[in-house]
Formats: sequence, C-alpha cells, structure tokens
Amino acid sequence: MGQYTENELAKDLENQDYKFGFVTDVETETIPVGLNEDIIRLISSKKEEPAWLLDYRLNAYKTWLTMSEPDWAHVRYKKPEFQKITYYAAPKQTKKYESWDDVDPEMKETMAKLGISLEEQKRLTGVAVDFVMDSVSVATSFKSKLKELGIIFCSFSEAVQEYPELVREHMGTIIPHTDNFYAALNAAVFTDGSFCYIPKGVRCPMELSTYFRINAGGTGQFERTLVVADEGAYVSYLEGCTAPQRDENQLHAAVVELKALKDAEIKYSTVQNWYPGDKNGVGGVFNFVTKRGLCETNAKISWTQVETGSAVTWKYPSCILKGDHSVGEFYSVAVTNNHQQADTGTKMIHLGKHTKSTIISKGISAGDSQNSYRGLVQIHKNAHKSRNFSQCDSLLMTDHCGAHTFPYIECKNPSAQIEHEATTSKIGEDQLFYCKQRGISEEKAISLIVNGYCKEVLNQLPMEFAVEAQKLLAISLEGSVG
Amino acid sequence: MIEIKNLHANIEGKEILKGLTLTVNAGEVHAIMGPNGAGKSTLASILAGREEYEITEGEVTFEGADLLDLSTEERAHLGLFLAFQYPVEIPGVSNVNFLRTAINETREAKGEDPISAKEFMAMVREKSKIVELDSKLASRSVNEGFSGGEKKRNEIFQMAMLNPKLAVLDETDSGLDIDALRIVANGVNTLKSADNASIVITHYQRLLDYIVPDFVHVLHDGKIVKTGNKDLALELEEKGYDWIKEETQVG
Repeated sequence: MGQYTENELAKDLENQDYKFGFVTDVETETIPVGLNEDIIRLISSKKEEPAWLLDYRLNAYKTWLTMSEPDWAHVRYKKPEFQKITYYAAPKQTKKYESWDDVDPEMKETMAKLGISLEEQKRLTGVAVDFVMDSVSVATSFKSKLKELGIIFCSFSEAVQEYPELVREHMGTIIPHTDNFYAALNAAVFTDGSFCYIPKGVRCPMELSTYFRINAGGTGQFERTLVVADEGAYVSYLEGCTAPQRDENQLHAAVVELKALKDAEIKYSTVQNWYPGDKNGVGGVFNFVTKRGLCETNAKISWTQVETGSAVTWKYPSCILKGDHSVGEFYSVAVTNNHQQADTGTKMIHLGKHTKSTIISKGISAGDSQNSYRGLVQIHKNAHKSRNFSQCDSLLMTDHCGAHTFPYIECKNPSAQIEHEATTSKIGEDQLFYCKQRGISEEKAISLIVNGYCKEVLNQLPMEFAVEAQKLLAISLEGSVG
Repeated sequence: MIEIKNLHANIEGKEILKGLTLTVNAGEVHAIMGPNGAGKSTLASILAGREEYEITEGEVTFEGADLLDLSTEERAHLGLFLAFQYPVEIPGVSNVNFLRTAINETREAKGEDPISAKEFMAMVREKSKIVELDSKLASRSVNEGFSGGEKKRNEIFQMAMLNPKLAVLDETDSGLDIDALRIVANGVNTLKSADNASIVITHYQRLLDYIVPDFVHVLHDGKIVKTGNKDLALELEEKGYDWIKEETQVG
C-alpha cells in the first residue's frame, strides 16, 4: 500500500470519528444564562420541588461559592466561565409522556441514531431504558413491569415528586454537597437524572439503563443518579452518554451515589462517549464527575467504566467498604486520543473487617493525549484482614502521548494485604506485523490487540454493552498508531 | 509460484541481499541454508513485507502479481504464509479468535462469505491433530505462555488453518527438541500438495532429515551461491560452510 492511500485513509477516518455529533432539532426551553440564587430558585420552581430540596440547593450553592476549582489533577484546560453557562435546558414539551407514543418523533429519531431503539427493546430484551436529553428525562421504558416487583426506576425529578421520603433519606448521604467543587455545583443546579430503588430481597430481572445526551448549545449537564439496593437486593445498572460536536467546551458535572445495604449487590457500568473535541483539541466535553458507593455488611459494589469520550475527564468512581466482608471492584478502560486528557481512577476506602477490593485499570493513550490513573487504597485501623489487589496497565500507541500512574496507598492495619501491579507497554510493531502477515488489516489488528488488552474489563460488561464498547474502542483508536 | 529476480535490499544503509535469484514452482520444497548473517531471515522478512527493508533492485512475482507492490496483508490474502522464527504473543486474544479473524479477512478480500462457526470449529479440530496441538492451546491467548515448541507447533497449526500457496518457514527448527521437530516436520509434510510449495530456511541439516527438499540452496553474502539436491545439505553438515565461502571467493 502506498503512502498516498494511507494518508487518504487517515483523513477519512479523522472526519468520521465521532458519529454522535449531530444536533436534534427540537424546540428547547432554556433559562437565562448565569448562576445566582434566583436561577436556582427558578430551576427549583420549574421542577415544582418541595421546600427542603430548594434549601438543599441554596445551601450547596453557598458552600460552592466558598470553594475553588481543584487543580491537583494531571490535566490542563481553560477553566469554565460559570456565569456563561445555561443551567437548565429542556426539550420543549411540558406534558409528561404517558406512553411511548407520546414521545416527540424528533426525539425518537435521536434515540434511533444513538442506537437505542426503545421500541425494539420493549419487545425483545430485558433492558429498561431512561433517556435524559439535556436536563430532562424524556422516556423510561418498562416502568410498569418493574413496578410489580416493587422496583422504582424513574427520572430523578419524578422520584422527588412521587417518592420524596426515599429521595430525602438517601440523597447526599454518600456524596455530601460539601464533598468537592463540582459535587457542590451539581447539588445546587442539578436538573434531572435517574433514581432507582430495589426493595429488600429483590433481584432486578433486567438491566436498568440510562442514556444521557447533551443536545442544546451553551448548556451544561448536571445530572444526579441515585441507586439504592435494599438488603439482599441485586441490580445491574448501565449508563451511556453522548453529545453533539461543538466548538465550545461543554461542562458535564454529574453526581452518582450508590447505596448497597446489607447483602445487596450493585453493578454499575458506564460507557462514556461524550464528544471528545476535534483532532486539534477544539471543543469537547469537560467531564467532571463524582461517583461513589457505600457498602454495608457483606454488600458488593462493582464499577465498570469504558471511557472513550470527553476532552477532559476527572472522575474517580469509589467504594466505601463500611460493612464487614463487603466487596468493592473497579474495572476501567480509559482511552485518550488526539488532545484528550483523562485523570481517572478510584478510591477504595476499607473501614470494615475482611473487606476486599479489586482494581483493574487499563489506560490506552494515542495521539498527543495524556492519560493518568489516580487511585487511593485506604485501609483504616479497624479493617482487619482486608485485602486489595490493584493492577494498572498502560498501553501507548504513539511516541508523543503520555501515560501516568499515581497510586496512593494508606494502610493503618498490619493484618491487611495489599498488592499493586503496574505495567506500561507500547503497542508492538511486531504484534501488528504478525497480524498483518496472517491477512489481518492494521485497523482490525489494532482493535484485536486492544480488545485483548482490555479483556478483563470488557468481560465485566453485560453482553450487549460489551459489543458496543468493543466497537467504540475500535472507532476511538482508528488510525492511531505512530 | 514465485520468481525472485536479482533482488537487492538494504537495511539502515547496509546491503544485505546482493542479487538473489530463485524460482519456486508448485509442488516443490526448497531449502535455503547458509551461515549466520547470510541474509536468510532477511529474505523471509522481505517476502512477507516487513517495512524496515529498502528494496534497491530486482523484482518478485508471486502468483502472477508484483509481490513488492503489495501490502503485507494483501500478500497473505494471495496465499503467502510466514512461519515466524520468533512467534509473537498477543495477550487476551484467543488463538481461535485470531485465526477466525485471519480467515475471514482473507475471505472478505476474495469476496467470499465469512466462515460459519460450525465449519470453523470442525476445521480447528481436524487441523490441530496434524501438529498434535492440545485443543486447550487453541482457546488460549495467541502464543502467551507457550513453550518454544508449542509456539512453533502453533505456527504450523496456523499454516494448516490458512492453507497457503507458499509457506516460508523461517528457522522453524531453532530451539526445538527432537520430538517437537518430528511433529513440526510431520505437519509440514502432511500439508504438502501438488498445488503448494514451501521455502524452508534453516541453519542445520537435521530438519531436512524430516522435510525432504527437492532443492537445497546455499545463501552466502546476500546471494545464492550453490544449488543442489538433498545431498548438498549433507555435505554442508559434514564440511561446514567455509569451503563454500572459499569457493565463492575463488569464483
């Protein structure tokens, strides 16, 4: 193959790399730009919220004003101008969707383009989907079927109206509004998100899934997700995200709280594909997210994330292993290409006895990107016989990208056992040549090698998501070896 | 099958091949022997399409096509197979997944439909027997944690699965004990037909006790300096390469 065709190919790939970059033409209702107490009151009134929630928001806002943006992460970016963001945008249609037929056809088309065919899923498989576009949840499928089991799966706003006591009891208990700058901002201005409650002893029979989408320009997305698994309950929860291609940097500051009560298990999987910016680093989503779960006795929380999108990612899904014998897991694949920057990892806080955590992190850096793993394993003094195993691997695709590992280990109990393994490798010319000699094209070979490298993490994903994730990895890394 | 004419090649400015000429017809087995540094592995790499080498002169025709004008994978699609001297490990990618991808890419290039799972698995069972490869190895990651012998057997297993027109075996005997050598050679012999051919590159004569060549070529200083039948290999074993070197200098 001559040089010319290879260049041509590379160019083609550049132009087709982000296939979710379209904008849906729906009428959007927005509020004035900027942030102050009145804006917060406006958001709260639009959502017809109870007084306690407004107080919560205002309180968070006051705290936020006293905080400064964290700068310890290994990322560099122009700080967002918080007074230039619109904090509420909603597809204009105030009436609630009673059934699928009520959903705006434009919206349905958007979902179809994103590969979420609710119609089909309604018929075929066990995935219940909630779709959040800009700030508002537009469709939740399977609701009635879940209701029979006592499972609540709805938008956060709906939960505030329908189950205020449950929301009030759990919201902010794992990530208080004082936690960090972005969590405080989210607590002040969050507009929607998902809420899920699995009652005692119930095993949720299907995957619950939320699809987040930023559509409107100049807006930020601040969603909140709260998943509570009561004693002995089980749920597997999926989250997907995309955004249109824009020259500006859009801010996404979400909060996800998981609570696994005694003997419960929550499996939380994310495929994050926010718009990463173009190849010169213009535009893209700032993804500053706080995710944390709490495990009571014998409970288990498992985070699996495939991160391919966003211009800048700042995200550390964590587990507080409060109860004895509780288990925390973190499986992550983070891919950065072109000028993307990611600083991601986890915190495993071992409080209870015989607690166990596993961290498997696979970073892949391509182009001029910077990819950092940052993780904390903290064993408290009462956490007798606790164990952690961490494995952090980095794969470099080019000579000018960066991979960094920042592991922190704090151990206050001598009976604990902590293992940490780390490797850094460059994708081998020899591996590529070997594949090509067997007739496999370079693009396929890269995808094969990368998927092999990420296998331990991809294996954790539910089947249909794993296939999607593999495709996404291939798209994100097309033409990236150099 | 393949016709190499006056091939000259450099790596990092150093000339390795200095006018190599060789013709291989269907149904033939050619052995290429020679001292270290003669250019044996370079020849294998160039035929397979490694990019580090610069071809300065000569031409190679393979199945009627200008081989040097084709990409590595296009050469593979045409039926060129290289059994690597040092097979590469690909962690996390199972042997079967790897081979299925390889077969389907080749089929796609020829405009054929992908192989069915049933047909593929039947083929895996049948072909793994040829090299006495444990069926467990087929589901393990490509070459990862394989012993030296297992890696070489896996190369021949892949060759059996891909059914090439021309197989180039680059020092497949290196690092093999006598049992593994017998198994590998047996595999190559089983796969031999009137429609395919192989080029067996080796440093030692002992492989040729098992794979009987139609022609033996001695490669020295980037050129084929002597060609004979299998007896030439025995002569080389007995006398070493020095007499060839001297003969060449005199000539």
